[in-house]
Amino acid sequence: MEYRDYYETMGVERDATQDEIKRAYRKLARKYHPDVSKETDAEQKFKQVGEAYEVLKDPEKRVAYDQLGKAGAAGEEFTPPPNWDAGFEFSGGGFTEGDSAAYSDFFESLFGQEAKQAQGRQRSYHMRGEDHHARVLIDLEDAYNGAARTITLQAPDLDARGHVHTRDRTLNVKIPKGIRQGQKIRLNGQGSPGMGDGAAGDLYLEIEFKPHTLYRVENQDLYLDLPVAPWEAALGATVKTPTPAGVVDLKIPAGSASGRKMRLKGRGIPGKKPGDIYVLLRIALPAADSDKAKELYKKMQQELAFNPRAALGV
Amino acid sequence: MSTKNEILKGQILDEEVMLTLGELSRACTIHADWIIDLVDEGIIEPCGRDVSEWRFPGICLYRARSVLRLQRDLGVNLAGAAVALDLMDQIEQLRIHLHVLEHDR
Repeated sequence: MEYRDYYETMGVERDATQDEIKRAYRKLARKYHPDVSKETDAEQKFKQVGEAYEVLKDPEKRVAYDQLGKAGAAGEEFTPPPNWDAGFEFSGGGFTEGDSAAYSDFFESLFGQEAKQAQGRQRSYHMRGEDHHARVLIDLEDAYNGAARTITLQAPDLDARGHVHTRDRTLNVKIPKGIRQGQKIRLNGQGSPGMGDGAAGDLYLEIEFKPHTLYRVENQDLYLDLPVAPWEAALGATVKTPTPAGVVDLKIPAGSASGRKMRLKGRGIPGKKPGDIYVLLRIALPAADSDKAKELYKKMQQELAFNPRAALGV
Repeated sequence: MSTKNEILKGQILDEEVMLTLGELSRACTIHADWIIDLVDEGIIEPCGRDVSEWRFPGICLYRARSVLRLQRDLGVNLAGAAVALDLMDQIEQLRIHLHVLEHDR
Protein backbone atom coordinates (compact mmCIF):
# COMPACT_ATOMS: atom_id res chain seq x y z
CA MET A 1 0.00 0.00 0.00
CA GLU A 2 1.32 3.43 -0.89
CA TYR A 3 1.52 6.26 1.59
CA ARG A 4 -0.45 9.28 0.46
CA ASP A 5 0.73 12.76 1.30
CA TYR A 6 -2.57 14.60 1.47
CA TYR A 7 -0.87 17.94 2.11
CA GLU A 8 1.17 17.56 -1.04
CA THR A 9 -1.94 16.59 -2.99
CA MET A 10 -3.65 19.75 -1.80
CA GLY A 11 -0.54 21.89 -2.23
CA VAL A 12 -0.75 23.29 1.31
CA GLU A 13 1.68 23.43 4.23
CA ARG A 14 1.23 20.97 7.06
CA ASP A 15 0.23 23.83 9.36
CA ALA A 16 -2.35 25.23 6.95
CA THR A 17 -5.52 26.55 8.56
CA GLN A 18 -8.88 24.90 7.85
CA ASP A 19 -9.78 27.94 5.76
CA GLU A 20 -6.64 27.58 3.68
CA ILE A 21 -7.43 23.94 3.11
CA LYS A 22 -10.95 24.77 2.06
CA ARG A 23 -9.74 27.40 -0.38
CA ALA A 24 -7.11 25.04 -1.82
CA TYR A 25 -9.77 22.38 -2.27
CA ARG A 26 -12.20 24.69 -4.04
CA LYS A 27 -9.48 25.81 -6.43
CA LEU A 28 -8.26 22.31 -7.22
CA ALA A 29 -11.78 20.94 -7.55
CA ARG A 30 -12.49 23.56 -10.22
CA LYS A 31 -9.18 22.90 -11.91
CA TYR A 32 -9.52 19.13 -12.11
CA HIS A 33 -13.25 18.73 -12.37
CA PRO A 34 -13.68 16.14 -15.14
CA ASP A 35 -16.33 18.28 -16.81
CA VAL A 36 -14.06 21.30 -16.91
CA SER A 37 -10.51 20.06 -17.20
CA LYS A 38 -8.93 19.03 -20.47
CA GLU A 39 -6.17 17.09 -18.75
CA THR A 40 -6.20 13.40 -19.53
CA ASP A 41 -5.94 12.28 -15.90
CA ALA A 42 -8.36 14.89 -14.55
CA GLU A 43 -10.81 12.36 -13.15
CA GLN A 44 -8.09 10.60 -11.18
CA LYS A 45 -6.66 13.88 -9.85
CA PHE A 46 -10.12 15.09 -8.92
CA LYS A 47 -10.65 11.94 -6.87
CA GLN A 48 -7.26 12.24 -5.17
CA VAL A 49 -8.03 15.82 -4.20
CA GLY A 50 -11.47 14.75 -2.93
CA GLU A 51 -9.90 12.03 -0.81
CA ALA A 52 -7.29 14.41 0.63
CA TYR A 53 -9.99 16.94 1.46
CA GLU A 54 -12.18 14.29 3.06
CA VAL A 55 -9.40 13.78 5.62
CA LEU A 56 -7.99 17.28 6.03
CA LYS A 57 -11.30 19.13 6.30
CA ASP A 58 -12.31 17.05 9.29
CA PRO A 59 -10.17 18.25 12.25
CA GLU A 60 -10.39 14.83 13.95
CA LYS A 61 -9.35 12.85 10.93
CA ARG A 62 -6.66 15.42 10.23
CA VAL A 63 -5.13 15.12 13.71
CA ALA A 64 -5.16 11.35 13.39
CA TYR A 65 -3.54 11.56 9.98
CA ASP A 66 -0.92 13.98 11.32
CA GLN A 67 -0.04 11.41 14.00
CA LEU A 68 1.38 9.30 11.23
CA GLY A 69 3.69 12.21 10.65
CA LYS A 70 6.23 11.69 7.99
CA ALA A 71 6.10 7.95 8.55
CA GLY A 72 6.40 7.62 4.85
CA ALA A 73 6.95 9.69 1.79
CA ALA A 74 4.29 9.81 -0.90
CA GLY A 75 4.39 6.76 -3.12
CA GLU A 76 6.39 4.62 -0.68
CA GLU A 77 5.20 1.33 0.67
CA PHE A 78 3.40 2.00 3.89
CA THR A 79 1.88 0.05 6.75
CA PRO A 80 0.15 1.98 9.51
CA PRO A 81 1.70 1.38 12.94
CA PRO A 82 -0.48 -0.77 15.20
CA ASN A 83 -3.04 1.17 17.18
CA TRP A 84 -2.07 4.34 15.33
CA ASP A 85 -5.57 5.62 15.80
CA ALA A 86 -5.86 4.75 19.50
CA GLY A 87 -7.46 7.58 21.37
CA PHE A 88 -9.26 9.00 18.38
CA GLU A 89 -12.87 8.64 17.82
CA PHE A 90 -14.18 9.66 14.48
CA SER A 91 -17.42 11.22 15.36
CA GLY A 92 -19.60 9.74 12.69
CA GLY A 93 -20.20 11.85 9.69
CA GLY A 94 -18.36 9.31 7.67
CA PHE A 95 -18.23 9.98 4.01
CA THR A 96 -19.97 13.23 3.69
CA GLU A 97 -19.61 13.60 -0.03
CA GLY A 98 -17.75 12.27 -3.00
CA ASP A 99 -17.48 8.78 -4.31
CA SER A 100 -16.16 6.92 -1.30
CA ALA A 101 -15.76 3.70 -3.24
CA ALA A 102 -13.07 5.39 -5.32
CA TYR A 103 -10.79 6.23 -2.39
CA SER A 104 -7.39 4.62 -2.16
CA ASP A 105 -6.30 1.54 -0.22
CA PHE A 106 -4.36 3.93 1.97
CA PHE A 107 -7.49 5.82 2.95
CA GLU A 108 -9.34 2.55 3.40
CA SER A 109 -6.76 1.19 5.84
CA LEU A 110 -6.86 4.34 7.96
CA PHE A 111 -10.53 5.17 7.95
CA GLY A 112 -11.99 1.95 6.61
CA GLN A 113 -13.74 1.01 9.86
CA GLU A 114 -15.92 3.97 9.39
CA ALA A 115 -16.37 3.25 5.71
CA LYS A 116 -17.84 -0.12 6.56
CA GLN A 117 -20.20 1.43 9.06
CA ALA A 118 -21.24 3.95 6.49
CA GLN A 119 -21.92 1.20 4.02
CA GLY A 120 -23.85 -0.73 6.67
CA ARG A 121 -26.08 2.24 7.15
CA GLN A 122 -26.63 2.39 3.45
CA ARG A 123 -27.66 -1.22 3.08
CA SER A 124 -31.29 -0.46 2.47
CA TYR A 125 -30.36 2.49 0.35
CA HIS A 126 -30.59 2.54 -3.41
CA MET A 127 -28.36 4.82 -5.37
CA ARG A 128 -27.46 5.04 -9.00
CA GLY A 129 -23.79 4.31 -9.75
CA GLU A 130 -21.37 7.04 -10.76
CA ASP A 131 -20.84 7.94 -14.38
CA HIS A 132 -17.35 7.58 -15.71
CA HIS A 133 -15.52 9.56 -18.32
CA ALA A 134 -12.66 8.59 -20.50
CA ARG A 135 -10.94 10.20 -23.41
CA VAL A 136 -10.22 7.94 -26.34
CA LEU A 137 -7.40 8.78 -28.73
CA ILE A 138 -8.06 7.57 -32.24
CA ASP A 139 -6.36 7.90 -35.58
CA LEU A 140 -7.99 10.02 -38.24
CA GLU A 141 -8.16 6.91 -40.40
CA ASP A 142 -10.41 5.29 -37.77
CA ALA A 143 -13.04 7.94 -38.48
CA TYR A 144 -12.94 6.94 -42.16
CA ASN A 145 -13.04 3.21 -41.68
CA GLY A 146 -14.47 2.63 -38.22
CA ALA A 147 -12.44 0.72 -35.65
CA ALA A 148 -12.53 -1.12 -32.37
CA ARG A 149 -10.54 0.32 -29.47
CA THR A 150 -9.49 -1.36 -26.27
CA ILE A 151 -9.68 0.93 -23.30
CA THR A 152 -8.55 0.26 -19.77
CA LEU A 153 -10.33 1.92 -16.89
CA GLN A 154 -9.60 1.85 -13.20
CA ALA A 155 -12.68 0.68 -11.41
CA PRO A 156 -13.22 0.43 -7.66
CA ASP A 157 -14.17 -3.01 -6.50
CA LEU A 158 -15.38 -4.30 -3.13
CA ASP A 159 -13.94 -7.61 -1.96
CA ALA A 160 -15.69 -10.15 0.28
CA ARG A 161 -14.57 -8.33 3.44
CA GLY A 162 -15.83 -5.03 2.18
CA HIS A 163 -12.40 -3.59 1.35
CA VAL A 164 -12.05 -1.33 -1.61
CA HIS A 165 -9.53 -2.15 -4.30
CA THR A 166 -8.97 -0.62 -7.66
CA ARG A 167 -9.03 -3.04 -10.47
CA ASP A 168 -8.28 -2.56 -14.14
CA ARG A 169 -11.25 -3.10 -16.36
CA THR A 170 -10.74 -3.62 -20.06
CA LEU A 171 -13.42 -2.83 -22.57
CA ASN A 172 -13.53 -3.21 -26.32
CA VAL A 173 -15.47 -0.36 -27.83
CA LYS A 174 -16.62 0.13 -31.37
CA ILE A 175 -15.58 3.44 -32.90
CA PRO A 176 -18.15 4.03 -35.63
CA LYS A 177 -17.25 5.35 -39.04
CA GLY A 178 -17.84 9.08 -39.32
CA ILE A 179 -17.04 9.91 -35.69
CA ARG A 180 -15.78 13.45 -35.16
CA GLN A 181 -13.40 15.19 -32.80
CA GLY A 182 -15.00 15.92 -29.43
CA GLN A 183 -18.04 13.71 -29.95
CA LYS A 184 -19.26 11.69 -27.01
CA ILE A 185 -20.20 8.06 -27.01
CA ARG A 186 -22.44 6.86 -24.22
CA LEU A 187 -22.13 3.29 -23.03
CA ASN A 188 -25.20 2.50 -21.03
CA GLY A 189 -24.56 0.85 -17.67
CA GLN A 190 -20.77 0.69 -18.04
CA GLY A 191 -20.06 3.13 -15.21
CA SER A 192 -19.85 2.27 -11.49
CA PRO A 193 -22.31 -0.30 -10.21
CA GLY A 194 -25.23 1.12 -8.30
CA MET A 195 -25.92 0.58 -4.61
CA GLY A 196 -28.82 -1.61 -3.61
CA ASP A 197 -31.25 -1.74 -6.49
CA GLY A 198 -29.75 1.38 -8.05
CA ALA A 199 -28.83 1.13 -11.71
CA ALA A 200 -25.20 1.23 -12.83
CA GLY A 201 -23.86 4.54 -14.07
CA ASP A 202 -22.94 5.18 -17.66
CA LEU A 203 -19.56 5.46 -19.31
CA TYR A 204 -18.97 8.47 -21.51
CA LEU A 205 -16.15 8.38 -24.02
CA GLU A 206 -14.90 11.58 -25.55
CA ILE A 207 -13.27 11.18 -28.93
CA GLU A 208 -9.98 12.89 -29.53
CA PHE A 209 -7.97 12.56 -32.73
CA LYS A 210 -4.26 11.97 -32.50
CA PRO A 211 -2.34 14.72 -34.29
CA HIS A 212 -1.81 13.69 -37.89
CA THR A 213 1.38 14.44 -39.81
CA LEU A 214 -0.51 15.55 -42.94
CA TYR A 215 -4.01 16.70 -42.01
CA ARG A 216 -5.48 19.13 -39.52
CA VAL A 217 -9.05 18.40 -38.56
CA GLU A 218 -11.80 20.98 -38.00
CA ASN A 219 -15.12 19.32 -37.23
CA GLN A 220 -15.77 17.14 -40.30
CA ASP A 221 -13.33 19.00 -42.56
CA LEU A 222 -9.65 18.38 -43.16
CA TYR A 223 -6.89 20.79 -44.08
CA LEU A 224 -3.86 19.71 -46.05
CA ASP A 225 -0.78 21.62 -47.16
CA LEU A 226 0.10 20.50 -50.67
CA PRO A 227 3.52 21.45 -52.03
CA VAL A 228 3.51 22.35 -55.74
CA ALA A 229 6.30 23.33 -58.12
CA PRO A 230 6.37 26.97 -59.31
CA TRP A 231 5.60 25.88 -62.87
CA GLU A 232 2.65 23.76 -61.71
CA ALA A 233 1.18 26.78 -59.96
CA ALA A 234 2.00 29.14 -62.83
CA LEU A 235 1.01 26.99 -65.79
CA GLY A 236 -1.63 24.78 -64.21
CA ALA A 237 -1.31 21.04 -63.75
CA THR A 238 -3.03 17.92 -62.55
CA VAL A 239 -1.18 16.62 -59.49
CA LYS A 240 -1.61 13.70 -57.16
CA THR A 241 -2.83 14.54 -53.68
CA PRO A 242 -3.24 12.20 -50.72
CA THR A 243 -6.51 11.79 -48.84
CA PRO A 244 -7.14 9.41 -45.93
CA ALA A 245 -9.20 7.29 -48.35
CA GLY A 246 -6.50 7.13 -51.01
CA VAL A 247 -4.69 9.20 -53.62
CA VAL A 248 -6.77 11.45 -55.90
CA ASP A 249 -5.95 13.75 -58.83
CA LEU A 250 -6.30 17.46 -58.22
CA LYS A 251 -6.45 20.01 -61.02
CA ILE A 252 -4.49 23.15 -60.25
CA PRO A 253 -5.60 26.16 -62.28
CA ALA A 254 -2.98 28.20 -64.09
CA GLY A 255 -1.87 31.31 -62.20
CA SER A 256 -2.44 29.88 -58.71
CA ALA A 257 -0.76 31.83 -55.91
CA SER A 258 0.81 30.25 -52.87
CA GLY A 259 -1.82 29.75 -50.17
CA ARG A 260 -4.63 29.22 -52.65
CA LYS A 261 -7.33 27.13 -51.02
CA MET A 262 -8.94 24.39 -53.06
CA ARG A 263 -11.77 22.16 -51.95
CA LEU A 264 -12.15 18.44 -52.42
CA LYS A 265 -15.85 18.20 -51.84
CA GLY A 266 -17.14 15.30 -49.76
CA ARG A 267 -13.67 13.84 -49.17
CA GLY A 268 -13.56 14.82 -45.50
CA ILE A 269 -14.84 12.71 -42.65
CA PRO A 270 -17.70 10.55 -43.94
CA GLY A 271 -21.23 10.87 -42.64
CA LYS A 272 -24.72 11.96 -43.67
CA LYS A 273 -23.20 15.32 -44.49
CA PRO A 274 -19.63 14.32 -45.32
CA GLY A 275 -16.91 16.88 -44.74
CA ASP A 276 -14.56 18.41 -47.29
CA ILE A 277 -10.82 18.47 -47.64
CA TYR A 278 -9.31 21.92 -48.05
CA VAL A 279 -6.03 21.79 -49.92
CA LEU A 280 -3.73 24.76 -49.37
CA LEU A 281 -1.17 25.17 -52.11
CA ARG A 282 2.38 25.76 -50.95
CA ILE A 283 4.83 26.69 -53.68
CA ALA A 284 8.03 24.76 -53.15
CA LEU A 285 11.17 26.22 -54.68
CA PRO A 286 13.70 23.95 -56.33
CA ALA A 287 17.10 24.31 -54.64
CA ALA A 288 19.74 26.17 -56.65
CA ASP A 289 22.28 23.51 -55.91
CA SER A 290 23.55 22.71 -59.38
CA ASP A 291 25.00 24.76 -62.23
CA LYS A 292 21.96 23.93 -64.30
CA ALA A 293 19.52 25.13 -61.61
CA LYS A 294 21.52 28.31 -61.00
CA GLU A 295 21.54 29.00 -64.71
CA LEU A 296 17.76 28.67 -64.92
CA TYR A 297 17.24 31.03 -61.95
CA LYS A 298 19.61 33.55 -63.52
CA LYS A 299 17.73 33.32 -66.77
CA MET A 300 14.45 34.11 -64.99
CA GLN A 301 16.12 36.98 -63.16
CA GLN A 302 17.31 38.46 -66.45
CA GLU A 303 14.30 37.81 -68.61
CA LEU A 304 11.28 38.17 -66.27
CA ALA A 305 10.26 41.61 -65.11
CA PHE A 306 9.13 40.45 -61.68
CA ASN A 307 8.97 42.51 -58.49
CA PRO A 308 7.51 40.36 -55.70
CA ARG A 309 7.32 43.47 -53.47
CA ALA A 310 5.38 45.66 -55.87
CA ALA A 311 2.35 45.62 -53.57
CA LEU A 312 4.54 46.95 -50.76
CA GLY A 313 5.41 50.02 -52.80
CA VAL A 314 9.13 49.31 -52.96
CA MET B 1 -19.98 -6.40 -17.16
CA SER B 2 -18.56 -7.40 -20.46
CA THR B 3 -16.32 -10.25 -21.36
CA LYS B 4 -12.95 -9.51 -22.85
CA ASN B 5 -13.73 -10.19 -26.46
CA GLU B 6 -17.11 -8.61 -26.77
CA ILE B 7 -17.12 -5.33 -28.67
CA LEU B 8 -19.38 -2.79 -27.05
CA LYS B 9 -21.39 -0.49 -29.24
CA GLY B 10 -22.24 2.83 -27.70
CA GLN B 11 -24.61 5.58 -28.66
CA ILE B 12 -23.05 8.65 -30.28
CA LEU B 13 -24.52 11.73 -28.71
CA ASP B 14 -25.03 13.78 -31.86
CA GLU B 15 -27.87 15.45 -33.73
CA GLU B 16 -29.21 12.13 -34.92
CA VAL B 17 -30.16 10.91 -31.46
CA MET B 18 -33.36 12.62 -30.30
CA LEU B 19 -34.68 12.22 -26.77
CA THR B 20 -38.07 13.14 -25.34
CA LEU B 21 -38.31 15.04 -22.07
CA GLY B 22 -39.15 11.77 -20.29
CA GLU B 23 -36.22 9.92 -21.80
CA LEU B 24 -33.82 12.71 -20.95
CA SER B 25 -34.95 13.02 -17.34
CA ARG B 26 -34.83 9.25 -16.88
CA ALA B 27 -31.30 9.12 -18.34
CA CYS B 28 -30.28 11.81 -15.85
CA THR B 29 -32.32 10.23 -13.03
CA ILE B 30 -33.78 13.60 -12.22
CA HIS B 31 -37.19 15.20 -12.22
CA ALA B 32 -38.44 16.65 -15.51
CA ASP B 33 -38.90 20.05 -13.81
CA TRP B 34 -35.16 20.33 -13.47
CA ILE B 35 -34.73 19.64 -17.21
CA ILE B 36 -37.30 22.38 -17.91
CA ASP B 37 -35.21 24.73 -15.78
CA LEU B 38 -32.22 23.92 -17.99
CA VAL B 39 -34.24 24.80 -21.08
CA ASP B 40 -35.40 28.07 -19.47
CA GLU B 41 -31.78 28.91 -18.71
CA GLY B 42 -30.86 28.20 -22.34
CA ILE B 43 -28.38 25.48 -21.39
CA ILE B 44 -30.04 22.92 -23.62
CA GLU B 45 -32.30 23.61 -26.57
CA PRO B 46 -35.00 21.17 -27.65
CA CYS B 47 -36.60 21.10 -31.07
CA GLY B 48 -40.37 21.49 -31.06
CA ARG B 49 -42.64 24.13 -29.54
CA ASP B 50 -44.76 22.44 -26.95
CA VAL B 51 -43.25 20.58 -24.01
CA SER B 52 -44.94 17.40 -25.20
CA GLU B 53 -43.30 17.84 -28.62
CA TRP B 54 -39.85 18.60 -27.26
CA ARG B 55 -37.04 16.51 -28.73
CA PHE B 56 -33.53 16.91 -27.37
CA PRO B 57 -30.44 16.25 -29.53
CA GLY B 58 -28.16 13.65 -27.93
CA ILE B 59 -25.54 16.15 -26.79
CA CYS B 60 -28.15 17.65 -24.40
CA LEU B 61 -27.80 14.52 -22.30
CA TYR B 62 -24.09 15.14 -21.91
CA ARG B 63 -24.63 18.80 -21.07
CA ALA B 64 -27.36 18.05 -18.54
CA ARG B 65 -25.17 15.47 -16.84
CA SER B 66 -22.29 17.95 -16.73
CA VAL B 67 -24.52 20.52 -15.04
CA LEU B 68 -25.62 17.96 -12.46
CA ARG B 69 -22.01 17.17 -11.59
CA LEU B 70 -20.93 20.81 -11.55
CA GLN B 71 -23.77 21.59 -9.16
CA ARG B 72 -22.97 18.65 -6.92
CA ASP B 73 -19.17 18.92 -6.89
CA LEU B 74 -18.56 22.65 -7.14
CA GLY B 75 -21.81 24.09 -5.82
CA VAL B 76 -22.45 26.32 -8.85
CA ASN B 77 -25.98 27.45 -9.64
CA LEU B 78 -27.64 27.02 -13.04
CA ALA B 79 -26.49 30.38 -14.39
CA GLY B 80 -22.93 29.64 -13.32
CA ALA B 81 -23.03 26.21 -14.94
CA ALA B 82 -24.40 27.78 -18.13
CA VAL B 83 -21.49 30.23 -18.23
CA ALA B 84 -18.98 27.42 -17.63
CA LEU B 85 -20.42 25.23 -20.40
CA ASP B 86 -20.52 28.11 -22.90
CA LEU B 87 -16.93 29.06 -22.15
CA MET B 88 -15.82 25.45 -22.49
CA ASP B 89 -17.53 25.22 -25.89
CA GLN B 90 -15.72 28.37 -26.96
CA ILE B 91 -12.38 27.05 -25.73
CA GLU B 92 -12.92 23.81 -27.63
CA GLN B 93 -13.70 25.67 -30.86
CA LEU B 94 -10.68 27.94 -30.39
CA ARG B 95 -8.47 24.97 -29.67
CA ILE B 96 -9.53 23.28 -32.91
CA HIS B 97 -9.11 26.50 -34.86
CA LEU B 98 -5.70 27.17 -33.36
CA HIS B 99 -4.62 23.71 -34.33
CA VAL B 100 -5.66 24.34 -37.95
CA LEU B 101 -3.91 27.71 -38.02
CA GLU B 102 -0.71 26.56 -36.38
CA HIS B 103 0.67 25.26 -39.67
CA ASP B 104 -1.19 27.79 -41.76
CA ARG B 105 1.60 30.22 -42.38
